[in-house]
Amino acid sequence: MSDALLSVRDLTVTFDVPRPGAWPWTAPRKLHAVNGINFDLAPGECLGLVGESGSGKSTAARAVIGLAPISSGKVMFDGQDLGALSPVQRRKYGREIQMVFQDPLAALNPRMTVGDIIAEPLITHEPSLPRKEVRTRVQEMMEMVGLLPNLVNRYPHEFSGGQCQRIGIARALILRPRLLICDEPVSALDVSVQAQVVNLLKRLQKDLGLSMIFIAHDLSVVKHISDRISVMYLGRLMEQAGAKQLVQNPAHPYTQALISAVPIPDPEREKSRKIMMIQGELPSPLAPPSGCVFRTRCPFARPACAGDRPEYHVVGGDHVVACPWYNQLENSTLTAV
Amino acid sequence: MALLDVNGLSVTFKTGDGFVNAVNGVSFSVEEGETLAIVGESGSGKSQTAFAAMGLLARNGTAKGEALFDGQNLLTMKQKELNRIRSQEIAMIFQDPMTSLNPYMRISDQMAEVLTLHKGMSKSAAVAEAAQMLDAVRIPDAKARINMFPHEFSGGMRQRIMIAMALLCRPRLLIADEPTTALDVTVQAQIMDLFGDIRKEFGTGIILITHDLGVVAGFCDRTMVMYGGQVMEEAPTDQLFAKPAHPYTKGLLQAVPRFDVDEDELRTIAGEPPDMSRLPAGCPFCPRCSIAKDRCQNQRPEIDVFGDRRRACHATLDEVA
Repeated sequence: MSDALLSVRDLTVTFDVPRPGAWPWTAPRKLHAVNGINFDLAPGECLGLVGESGSGKSTAARAVIGLAPISSGKVMFDGQDLGALSPVQRRKYGREIQMVFQDPLAALNPRMTVGDIIAEPLITHEPSLPRKEVRTRVQEMMEMVGLLPNLVNRYPHEFSGGQCQRIGIARALILRPRLLICDEPVSALDVSVQAQVVNLLKRLQKDLGLSMIFIAHDLSVVKHISDRISVMYLGRLMEQAGAKQLVQNPAHPYTQALISAVPIPDPEREKSRKIMMIQGELPSPLAPPSGCVFRTRCPFARPACAGDRPEYHVVGGDHVVACPWYNQLENSTLTAV
Repeated sequence: MALLDVNGLSVTFKTGDGFVNAVNGVSFSVEEGETLAIVGESGSGKSQTAFAAMGLLARNGTAKGEALFDGQNLLTMKQKELNRIRSQEIAMIFQDPMTSLNPYMRISDQMAEVLTLHKGMSKSAAVAEAAQMLDAVRIPDAKARINMFPHEFSGGMRQRIMIAMALLCRPRLLIADEPTTALDVTVQAQIMDLFGDIRKEFGTGIILITHDLGVVAGFCDRTMVMYGGQVMEEAPTDQLFAKPAHPYTKGLLQAVPRFDVDEDELRTIAGEPPDMSRLPAGCPFCPRCSIAKDRCQNQRPEIDVFGDRRRACHATLDEVA
């Protein structure tokens, strides 16, 4: 996998959770937010990460950019293991990996002007850059994301949500990173504005040759923007495939259920839509089920699922699934629905 | 007679920057057992319309017009009578179930309170009834879990509790304000399924306020689209999706990424949602409308009724299509 820009190998992120009412010296419980995931990202590729809340998709991305601790496993960026670097050595990679956050207004400092916000990463990483050059770069960036450069002295509260998200994108891209992580970038926006921002991100990704990790819970948006999609559940990767392949031929029971739950804005199709309802609740990540983590809610679960953690099986091409029974489910799917 | 009949409802907020008209002359009606969707983006006035009808406006807001429930105007009613109707006839479910539940009270106490207060039931009978209702909204092991606190439940479970609480007095009208927006799709599917069962079982009229056109398509009899505090269009859901009669509805439908269709670029509606304190004199949508004419800028379109649909647009139906 030498041609990949980013390779994540067995990434685990663990948080300490104090036991309620325990003594301070009692060992805390371990919460595995991300539990051994693997993926590769080629230059210029967009990988979508989907899953419900608590699936670890945001934590996985935050571990890549260094906002969450890597407990074990490797995050290789451009052949360099980011986890093994000291904070000072790591700084060099700060400009290569940037992030766009979910809440556009909360991610911007309300007391800084838009120009200062967008310029800040540039000034931090290239302190010797002349002021004039900074101003030109900021203006270029603003035009690129569809903001009028004469708004440079305004404050974030004077902008709408969609415009704030454009400011966040401009700030992330001014260093010309090679990898952009978008954590739910459009879920706080209205439908009509959401489409504008999705188109903008897609265009920028193509024009700048960006690699992108796109996290969202809205499968329709993820499918639209991603080349490949990884489905996560309780810190594990359940399935990974090309976007179209995943949507049309989901192999994992969880992916099938997830996809069947997406409402379609068309009354005719909606009437004939069969929902594969998942029963029960997401198990506590403090005590995940043994074997396959989805087995407690899986309609096809069998005793063997409680044993070992399922291996990844290749369905075809780059389509992998963490379910040994995937090719025996198809007929039973119909009866289950 | 319609269950709820709203006529010419307007809501004005007094703010530091002067008066803001959040809702402008909105009319609609809901029949017994019918499901109406109110769709719009943030700031379209969809929630304020419902809040005003329920007498839940913030203190700086005033409502004009009328909201007739069973022929009685909710807006001019005495507080005591309004409280009776709000508790027993109309119930409301809010977007964020955590902030609508009291974190200091056990679920049993919160739910029993409704019944002891409004129905004069004894505490033990009320708790038993509450447990039954939790069972009805499919909370597993309801009898044991009723003694838990809200934070011990997941988001989807909390929303089920809210729904159970709203149903305790068997209301005839249920107003749900973005009930699934904070939930995951799989949980959303479960909750919408539950709403469907409630409708079937209790014959409750439902007003579903949402921005998600997908949820509307599968669930609602009729759909009303709002923009800038005004009604743009209302129609039976099938017809609205098949043949939108307003450029905003059309734009909205095209802007949703479709799961079942492949498209290279999403169609967008240019521009940003309107500033409610500076609405254009004419149609609120005209600055973003691709087929706007001079007339649209200074003359507000009247509501035009045709068949069982209505819309507010100067353009002809052919021009929209």
